[in-house]
Amino acid sequence: MAEGVKPRVKAPKKASAGEAVTIKTLISHQMESGQRKNKDGSIIPRSIINRFTCEFNGKSVIEVVMEAAISTNPYFEFEAVIPEAGDMVFTWYDDDGSVYTETKSVAIS
Amino acid sequence: MKFKARTAFAALLLSVPAVAFADADDDKLVINGDLEIVTKAPAPAHLSDSLDEIMSGWHFRSDETQALEMDDFDNPGMIFVDQAIEAWNTVEGAAGKSCASCHEGPENMAGVRAVYPKWNETAGEVRTLEMQVNDCRTSRMEADAWKYTGGDMASMVALVTLQSRGMPVNVAIDGPAQATWEQGKELYYTRTGQLDLSCASCHEQNYGNMIRADHLSQGQINGFPAYRLKNSKLNSVHARFKGCVRDTRAETFKPGGPEFTALELYVASRGNGLSVEGPSVRN
Amino acid sequence: MEFSRRDTLALGLGAAALTVLPIRALAAADDAIAAFTGGADVAEGGVTLTAPEIAENGNTVPISVEAEGAAEIMVLAMGNPTPGVATFKFGELAGAHSASTRIRLAGTQDVVAIAKMADGSFAKASSTVKVTIGGCGG
Repeated sequence: MAEGVKPRVKAPKKASAGEAVTIKTLISHQMESGQRKNKDGSIIPRSIINRFTCEFNGKSVIEVVMEAAISTNPYFEFEAVIPEAGDMVFTWYDDDGSVYTETKSVAIS
Repeated sequence: MKFKARTAFAALLLSVPAVAFADADDDKLVINGDLEIVTKAPAPAHLSDSLDEIMSGWHFRSDETQALEMDDFDNPGMIFVDQAIEAWNTVEGAAGKSCASCHEGPENMAGVRAVYPKWNETAGEVRTLEMQVNDCRTSRMEADAWKYTGGDMASMVALVTLQSRGMPVNVAIDGPAQATWEQGKELYYTRTGQLDLSCASCHEQNYGNMIRADHLSQGQINGFPAYRLKNSKLNSVHARFKGCVRDTRAETFKPGGPEFTALELYVASRGNGLSVEGPSVRN
Repeated sequence: MEFSRRDTLALGLGAAALTVLPIRALAAADDAIAAFTGGADVAEGGVTLTAPEIAENGNTVPISVEAEGAAEIMVLAMGNPTPGVATFKFGELAGAHSASTRIRLAGTQDVVAIAKMADGSFAKASSTVKVTIGGCGG
């Protein structure tokens, strides 16, 4: 696992049934592009998060295929429809095989 | 003739970005929709001969960069604050203590950033926040000191700074701190390096102007530690000083050393009256 | 100053050498577009791509894409060494077919967004972002 990777998610705790809510996610990650060189001139190998998914009660909200041009500490903002109370699961997939997840519960108000 | 016309045309093109960026803007900085930050204030009395108004570096950035600081979730510097909260509660060193062992919650640090650098009576010197953190680590926790401009240190300073966000910067420049302040002022106005520039050359006489593609600010440090888009991490005051001095093509002073400590006190005092704004976002 | 034949030839060769890299990157972008669209026609419009006209730093450039009724939106940075940026795939619980992120641009260039609509058609938008490179390293 890459060092110091910490996901942050901003999602409302409550929504009315069928409401579209704004979700923001940020994860600390170097996103080494594979384009940079060391002091000795050798290429620093690519090491990025290559995929991000958000699901609510098992149904897809968004999936993002990520390339090396996504900035350090990847940030996403998008909207999700909340049909009923449940759990929103966020998953980040690292090149090195690590998987980082975060879950947020949303209640119906 | 044709060549000249083309040069003139190129010059015209080059001037476009400068026009788009010109001068500090009049936007208002409100963080999270409720925390109003004082980003423009009357210059403190000691600056009455050189400046009328002091301005946060936030005003010199593009709308997109400014927006990153207006919501703590959008501010990537907050990632490092989260990491520092973990460090705050982690026991380290032979004394078996964490920051929390003595200080309890980080909120007890409210007001600290606003008055640093500050005279330390016991030590008989002006100390920066970083020096104070390392003093806690070595003498109270009996742990190893952190690297002055390292990531652990910048994150911890950001956590402590955040507790004072919105409070006015108010460093003391008289009494026992005065000699250090005078030394800092001397450094601020001393031209250095092959380019023969002082801090004042850019940040007092030319703020608002473009130096090639860089929009010069007043060089205020009320927003430090600053998350820079350039290197995607928090940057400490002394690391920024080092970069500036190096850009004048001079040998730089050592981060954490007496010269930069004096300079930090003086530069901080030029921002007396602005809000503590760190961790800020800059380009 | 007069340019000799030889000077002019040398300049031409230099210019040719300079253009090799962008051409390669553009070819990669064309390949990525072809893979995404399967060679289908791409209409202009129907996609909104929001990006700054001038980015203060190419390391972190905020962009947003939106296309009503899109199943997927692919974003490409045409002037990067590798043009791929991201592909957003909207699920059944997507609130709006929009997303924002922060991207790296190696220099001034066009950013392109191509949407694959639910009906299988494709739409495109592009935006030029000027990337300034400051001298004050810090």
